[in-house]
Amino acid sequence: MSKKTLSIRMSGLGGQGAVTAAHIIGSAAVIDGKNATVNPFFGAEKRLAPAESYVRISDEVIYDTGEILYPDIIMVFHPDVILSGKSYTMPFFAGLQQNGTIIVNSDFPFAFTEDEQAELDALNAKVYFLQATLLAREIGGTDLATNIAMIGALVGVTKVVSMDAVEEALKERFGGAAKFVASATTAVLDDAIKAKYAKAEKLIEANMKVLTAVSAQAESLVAA
Amino acid sequence: MSAKNLKEVSTEYMLFKAEREEQFMTGSEAVREAIRRSNIDMSIVYPITPQSESSHLVGDLYAEGYVKEYLRGENEFAVMSEVAGGAMAGIRMFTATCGPGTLRAFENFPMWSGARLPIVIAFMTRAINAPLSIQPDNIEMSMLLDTGMIMLHAENAQEFYDMLLMSFSVAERTSVHIPVGVFVDGFFVTHTRQKVKVVIEDVKLQGYDPAMSPTPTIDMETPPFRYMKDPFVMKSNYVSYAAHASWQQECMASIERARPYIKALMGDFIERENPGAPIQIVASGTAVSQSRAAIKMAESEGIEVGLVKIKSIRPFPAEEVKKALATAQKIIVPEFNRVGWLAREVASVIPNNDRMVKGPRVFGGMTMPPDVIVKAIKGDTRCGV
Repeated sequence: MSKKTLSIRMSGLGGQGAVTAAHIIGSAAVIDGKNATVNPFFGAEKRLAPAESYVRISDEVIYDTGEILYPDIIMVFHPDVILSGKSYTMPFFAGLQQNGTIIVNSDFPFAFTEDEQAELDALNAKVYFLQATLLAREIGGTDLATNIAMIGALVGVTKVVSMDAVEEALKERFGGAAKFVASATTAVLDDAIKAKYAKAEKLIEANMKVLTAVSAQAESLVAA
Repeated sequence: MSAKNLKEVSTEYMLFKAEREEQFMTGSEAVREAIRRSNIDMSIVYPITPQSESSHLVGDLYAEGYVKEYLRGENEFAVMSEVAGGAMAGIRMFTATCGPGTLRAFENFPMWSGARLPIVIAFMTRAINAPLSIQPDNIEMSMLLDTGMIMLHAENAQEFYDMLLMSFSVAERTSVHIPVGVFVDGFFVTHTRQKVKVVIEDVKLQGYDPAMSPTPTIDMETPPFRYMKDPFVMKSNYVSYAAHASWQQECMASIERARPYIKALMGDFIERENPGAPIQIVASGTAVSQSRAAIKMAESEGIEVGLVKIKSIRPFPAEEVKKALATAQKIIVPEFNRVGWLAREVASVIPNNDRMVKGPRVFGGMTMPPDVIVKAIKGDTRCGV
């Protein structure tokens, strides 16, 4: 894989929106004027089963496709990915590049096993715990905004895409002007989250609040 | 934009002159955009992953008025039979399938060719059972090599879009008039969101003219349509044997006659990188993209590697491939299937097959890390046979 390509692997549980998050980050990167490709793990989707999605971002043309085996950034959407092995890749950081970044959504930080910690230390991996679901619920009013909170965490930690571009990408995805074709189960979740708000603008507004708050928290973690 | 006010244009205008815009979309959405411009009379489909999304999107085009008729068939065998019926009646048909769906429908494909039906079909290739897998794998292409259809293999969503748009014009030439299959590696292309330049002008392809068909279209009021109603098999004599043999040869010849039409719209049958390099990779479809990434990696280590990308599998560019590999010392053929059908094709047209590394091969669903191709380049014998 080209060193100039930033590779992000997102592991979560089916229904948490890891695929949608990848879509929004990829769109944001394109809006920022970069090249990006986005794809899900190729399989049958099921609620709460392991789900993975991948984003590649580069200033150059991106050729390599399919699942990302050697990511620069790993985003874990649910502690069960690590604690219960709900993951296509075991351990969850398999293939992580040297000096890579890991962002974990969990209500509370937890310790890795001794072996895992030793391997992460050898890789010089930076690990950030963020309460994405908690903040999504508190600020956005729903757990369904967990994926949006995770995008906020990514932006706060890495600045890989601009906040303006993320807002634009959110409008494209949820704004209603462009008809987005989702799979049946994703469409149900889309309807569920849209039903919480009177208008698409309200949904985007709430999402942006979640994004900004989590991004700020992530920034402070990096600074610390 | 409205489906009602589209101006009919030539395929050349559509491909080379019409105004385009770069959009961020999946390969499935690229199919929708190509079909939007293709002036389709009827599409019949049966959903199967990873083809389902694109067929759903073609259904949306029907709802919007871009496709005149659309229905879901009972299964793939029914679908491909029904698509044949539409084509025999003289209308432009489009369908898509993959993997087990391809196999279920199989009897129809040589029939399409034998009946000289200019059907365009997209194959979003998928692994074949058993064990059950819905993952990408293009083994079905090896099974379709001798069905008498033209086979184009797209590397990415952009090429998929362009190849679909050009296929109707190739398929419908009087001297060709056989089916065209446009192939992509399922998921890798269909489910990957990437930049695609699509036509945004209010244009569509010129409609199909059934009067240009080399065989009469079925019309219940106007005979003859004897080649189906009164087949040769009913008469066991030398005339019927000779008719069958010459007819089959004629179908094969029509694939060859498609060459200039394909070339005019698609460009050369092969594309090259670093033609002078002693190590050459030969690939088609997604394996090309993985090879391009591998070539960059090898380059950063000071190893120059060339690429021969094959865009048309039928007709196969035998002379071009032979010439391109004339001075190659080592030839690597990475593939997304178990059998290595592309390596077989290449081996059949070049001398000194001991130059070939028939691999690496990844099948059953995983991606092919460019790192594995780099290993093959460096001589790791585990990466090929």
